[in-house]
Amino acid sequence: MAQSEDGGLHIDPMSQFLVKPLFGGEMGLFTITNATLWMALAVGASSLLLIGAVKQRALVPGRAQSVAELLYGFVRQLVVDITGEEGLKYFPYIFTLFVFILFSNLLGMLPYSFAVTSHIAVTGVLALMVFVTVTAIGFIKHGAHFLGFFWPKDAPGPLRPVLMVIELISYFVRPISHSIRLGANMLAGHAVLKVFAGFVGALGVFGVVPLAAMVGLTAFEFLVAVIQAYVFAILTCVYLNDALHMH
Amino acid sequence: MAEPRGDGADSVGLPQLDFGTFPSQIFWLIVALVALYYIMSRVALPRIALAIEARHDAIEDDLDRAAEYKRRALEAERAYEKALAEAKREADAIAQKARQAIQKDVDAAIAKADAEIAARSAEAEARIKEIRATALESVEAIATETAEALVAALAPGPSSDAVRGAVSARVAAQQTGV
Repeated sequence: MAQSEDGGLHIDPMSQFLVKPLFGGEMGLFTITNATLWMALAVGASSLLLIGAVKQRALVPGRAQSVAELLYGFVRQLVVDITGEEGLKYFPYIFTLFVFILFSNLLGMLPYSFAVTSHIAVTGVLALMVFVTVTAIGFIKHGAHFLGFFWPKDAPGPLRPVLMVIELISYFVRPISHSIRLGANMLAGHAVLKVFAGFVGALGVFGVVPLAAMVGLTAFEFLVAVIQAYVFAILTCVYLNDALHMH
Repeated sequence: MAEPRGDGADSVGLPQLDFGTFPSQIFWLIVALVALYYIMSRVALPRIALAIEARHDAIEDDLDRAAEYKRRALEAERAYEKALAEAKREADAIAQKARQAIQKDVDAAIAKADAEIAARSAEAEARIKEIRATALESVEAIATETAEALVAALAPGPSSDAVRGAVSARVAAQQTGV
C-alpha cells in the first residue's frame, strides 16, 4: 500500500484510515463500512473474553478468566478511587467505554486492520457522550446549584467573573481535548508506523534501520493503545467526580 | 489492500475529516456501544462479580474453618496438657504411696534382721565365751598334767599339789599378760 507501482518513494500513510463501504454502494447513514466491521469485532472480542472466560466461574481462575477479572477489578478500583462509592452506579458505563476503546485500539494494531479510534467522529461521540451524561448527572444531583461549579467562591471578588469565564471555557473544552487526545494519538501512531514501513521498502538493504525502528515503535504503539484507553477512562471518572461532588 | 474506488488517492486531506462518512460511523458506533453496554452490564459484569464474590466467600470460609480448627487444636492441646498434669500428679501419688509401703516393709525387714543378727551375735558371743572358758580349763589341765609329768621325770619329790598351784599361778599370769 505504501509503495506505488512505479517504484518511486510514494508513501501514503493516510489511506489506512479511509472509511469504505464493505459491500459497495453510496455512503449513507446505515452503510456497513470497514469501521462498522472493526467496531463489531471490538464488541465481539471483548464480549467473548469477558463472558467466555468466566463461564466456568473457576475458583482458581485460568488465564483468560484472570484477564477478565483483572480488567474488572482495575476499572472498578479506578472508579472507586476517583469518584468514591457513589460512582459505582456508573461503573458499567465507564467499563463499557474503557473496554470498547481498549479493544478498538488493540485490534487496530493488527496488520491490515482499521483503527476505529483514530477517527475524530468516533472519539468525538465518545467524549460528547461523557460530557453530556456528566453534565446531566451534575444538574440532576445538584439542580441549579451545579452552576456554582463555575463560580469560584474562594477567589477575590473582582476576579470572580474573569475566573468564571475561564472555568466555563475549560469546561466546554473538555470534550474537545478528551476526544482529540485519543484520536490524534491513534492517528499519529498509525501514520508514523506506515511512513516507516514505506521507508523499509524504499531503502532496500538499508531498510533494516527503519525496520528496527518499527519494531520499537510497534511496541510503543501497544503501550499507547493501552494508556490512551486508561487515560480516557480516568478522565471520564474525573469529570464524573466533578459532577458528583463539585470539587 | 486493493482500492476499488479511487477516491482515497484523490481526496485531499485527512480521511478523518471526510464528513460524508460521519453519519455512518456515528450510527454504528452508537449501535456498538449500546450493544456492548447491554452485554457488559447484563451478562459479563454480573458474572465476573459473581465469580470474584464466590472466590472471596470461599477464601473467607476457608479462613473461618482454619480458625475454627486452630481453636479446636488449641483446646485439645490444653485438654491434653491438663490430662497429662493430672496423670503426673496421680503417678506421683501412687509412687509416693508405693514408696511408703516399701519403706515400711523394708523397715520391718531391717528391724527383724537386726533383731536376728543381735540374737545370733549374742548366741555366738555366748558360745565363744563358753568355748574360751572350756579351752582355758583344758589348757590348765594339760599344763598341769604336762608339768606333773615333767616334774616326775626330772625330780621326783615335790607333791602334785605344789605343781598344780604353780601351774595355776603361771596360767593366770599368762592370761592377764595376753
